[in-house]
Amino acid sequence: MKPFDYIRAETPADAMRADARIIAGGTNLLDLMKLQVETPSTLVDVTRLGMTEIERAENSTRIGALVTNSDLAADPTIRQRYPMLSRALLAGASGQLRNKATTGGNLLQRTRCPYFTDISQPCNKREPGSGCRAQGGYTRLHAILGASEHCIATHPSDMAVAMRALDARVEIESNDGATRILTFDEFYNLPGDTPEKETNLAPGELIVAVHLPDPPAGRQTYRKVRDRSSYAFALVSMAAAVAVEQGRIASAAMAFGGVAHRPWRSPDAEAALVGREPSAELFDEAADILLADARGQGGNDFKIPLTRRVVKAVLTELTGA
Amino acid sequence: MKTTLTVNGETHELDIDPRVTLLDALRHHLNLTGSKKGCDHGQCGACTVLVNGRRINSCLALAVMHDTDEITTVEGIGTPENLSPLQSAFVRHDGYQCGYCTPGQIVSARGMLSEFRQGWPSHVSDSLTEAPDFTDAEIRERMSGNLCRCSAYPGIVRAIRDAAPEETDGKEAAE
Ligand SMILES: Cc1cc2nc3c(=O)[nH]c(=O)nc-3n(C[C@H](O)[C@H](O)[C@H](O)COP(=O)(O)OP(=O)(O)OC[C@H]3O[C@@H](n4cnc5c(N)ncnc54)[C@H](O)[C@@H]3O)c2cc1C
Ligand code: FES
Ligand code: FES
Repeated sequence: MKPFDYIRAETPADAMRADARIIAGGTNLLDLMKLQVETPSTLVDVTRLGMTEIERAENSTRIGALVTNSDLAADPTIRQRYPMLSRALLAGASGQLRNKATTGGNLLQRTRCPYFTDISQPCNKREPGSGCRAQGGYTRLHAILGASEHCIATHPSDMAVAMRALDARVEIESNDGATRILTFDEFYNLPGDTPEKETNLAPGELIVAVHLPDPPAGRQTYRKVRDRSSYAFALVSMAAAVAVEQGRIASAAMAFGGVAHRPWRSPDAEAALVGREPSAELFDEAADILLADARGQGGNDFKIPLTRRVVKAVLTELTGA
Repeated sequence: MKTTLTVNGETHELDIDPRVTLLDALRHHLNLTGSKKGCDHGQCGACTVLVNGRRINSCLALAVMHDTDEITTVEGIGTPENLSPLQSAFVRHDGYQCGYCTPGQIVSARGMLSEFRQGWPSHVSDSLTEAPDFTDAEIRERMSGNLCRCSAYPGIVRAIRDAAPEETDGKEAAE
């Protein structure tokens, strides 16, 4: 690890400094600092700032940025009202890691692309302009949707996929006293030609909370497909909520992990389901729309048919079709 | 940097570089070598310790961030003369071969049992709202953060199942 100065934030203002890197659970940042993928010169520890409450408000639930992944998964409100979120968290990492991992840190964890984490390789995300060795290389973990010629990395989080399906928003504070609340599509970027700019968080800004609107109608689930049945990142995952009324789909929300640079959603695929009777043909039609622009890199070609099968399995489970 | 660590009930004043992980502080500064370094990247669980009653990977923690926290290592769970129920069950059921992963397995199992008693669900629980059953599938899933290169898993699961009713330190993980 490169040497760094350590500051313990006593107030949120202490944490909002453009010249320091925030550390929360440390389970991603320290891992990457040991590999010298991350080399901050100053760390500001936010773990004594509170922000550990899960508050129920009028039409939403507010999750403090330092709520641990374990506490969030075990919270009675989340288990009852947002089961897909509990399920997504419980499908991620291990008991030990979830006890340390925080809500804010989980959102900002970096890709598991092996070329990003190997500093002897070029990587546009780590070193803009150096190239992308993943393309033409080992691509089992990589994106099939929304990738660019500069970067084909995926976002590794399970939690963020469920939050995306739930239309969550990220509450951010900065040192000028301003608060911004961003949707996930505003918060996360696609790689384009600036894959190093993963989010719209500016230096010195602090994530203080995530807001969940009231849960969507119908049944919810989270399905994760991986190389081992536990303790492995998603190859493909899907968070979904579907309501069926009088034999027809009344509403559908679907978000996907393991397939893109950010949790992926296809409003057109969702719209195609609404008002229709659930059936295998209809689910195929939704998968066609979702995957219309999907492109494999060789090693991840399997994700295209796998995503289709996950869509069909999850929609069958939720609609009973 | 001055840091106070309370380990197995004893308070230690350290002056350490902020880069020192909690694992290295325990092993290299306090000579508590029970906690093991397997991967140093949060992947194997050999370094598992309890912080304020909760299990974490001490290799992905900075010691300075745990100033004043209460840490329990395998040395604090029992001694060769006075094994805890989990420790003697690991011996009885052959819950190891080389033994390298064992301290992490035992500390992790202690933390896991406390999580279970609080009704936390797991990935394999059928219901998120009803108390889970203590099945082997639950033990395996909840212990998946502890790898055993010798693959002593059947004995590990038996040992945890056997010791579960007795293994508690009387305090549950902090709410
Ligand atoms: C072996 C292993 C397996 C894993 N498996 C999975 C898995 O299957 N699924 C999954 O989803 N995840 C998995 N993870 C990743 C884990 O979920 C993340 O490491 C964790 O969620 C990160 O949270 P943290 O609090 O530790 O973040 P940190 O490491 O503290 O921080 C991560 C980033 O977030 C920034 N940050 C943190 N908090 C804030 C804030 N409040 N405001 C602004 N910036 C902030 C930091 O500056 C840093 O850039 C795994 C990790 C490991 C090591
Ligand atoms: S040494 Fe900490 S998890 Fe492997
Ligand atoms: S007993 Fe050898 S690694 Fe588990």
